[in-house]
Amino acid sequence: MNLSALFFYLFATVAIAAAFMVIAARNPVHSVLFLILAFVNAAGLFVLVGAEFLAMILVVVYVGAVAVLFLFVVMMLDVDFAELRQGFLQYLPVGAIVGFIFLAELLLIAGTWITGAGVVGAIRSPIPPASEVTNTQALGRVLYTTYVHFFELAGLVLLVAMIGAIVLTLHHKKEAKRQNVAAQNARSKASAIEIRKVRPGQGI
Amino acid sequence: MTIGLSHYLTVGAILFTLGIFGIFLNRKNVIVILMSIELILLAVNINLVAFSAFLGDLVGQIYALLVLTVAAAEAAIGLAILVAYYRNRGSIAVEDINLMKG
Repeated sequence: MNLSALFFYLFATVAIAAAFMVIAARNPVHSVLFLILAFVNAAGLFVLVGAEFLAMILVVVYVGAVAVLFLFVVMMLDVDFAELRQGFLQYLPVGAIVGFIFLAELLLIAGTWITGAGVVGAIRSPIPPASEVTNTQALGRVLYTTYVHFFELAGLVLLVAMIGAIVLTLHHKKEAKRQNVAAQNARSKASAIEIRKVRPGQGI
Repeated sequence: MTIGLSHYLTVGAILFTLGIFGIFLNRKNVIVILMSIELILLAVNINLVAFSAFLGDLVGQIYALLVLTVAAAEAAIGLAILVAYYRNRGSIAVEDINLMKG
């Protein structure tokens, strides 16, 4: 068994075990940490097949941003997670049946597929040899030219997600005092001050 | 022993199934359901990258990049909805989310 096969089995085993612990852990914080472990090992698998850029993006985006976001929300919400686990085993049989049928079907596909005759000839952007062009450069050459519209679209999706997340979570406190510029500008001399004649010796 | 495409597809299939299993198992906890969806998208990405590497086509990796983007956006929006919901109702149990049932 050569070294790459050894590493494949290492990464795959740890990733699957971590993924199992994500759904089985009692504490959601542990779930998030196991999710991070699964993502790091998936990044290792990506490195093994030569997709280094995606592996690094996976570590940066998922481990650095999404998982931390999950952790943040889990710790921010004061929820009794033990109560949410009531009836955990109630759905185990139906989940197991659906899961195993699904897994059997997927494994049948994974074991028996063959490449169609015209597939290799129809490749649009072949991967250049790694000795000449790095994976990041090769991706950039394709992404910024042929697929630039999809790239822009991805940026738009992120922008909409950012605005949506801010709009959903931002809320103004009722008791906080804020400046109302329109009301300030609409004030006139008549509404702001009142002039009274004060007679000597009488007061107001 | 060489590692072929089928090995990667098997890993992807198992991760996908674990994600679906997680949705069934943790039917009350929205946060774990969101994490299961992340697992499913990770499995899809593994399949895309494996096909891209073994067929020698870069488009698979580009598509995986777009899937990653959508997954990040989905996580952000989902968690924002969760926070807004918790602020209004004080609970995140899936069974309590039935206001639109009529």
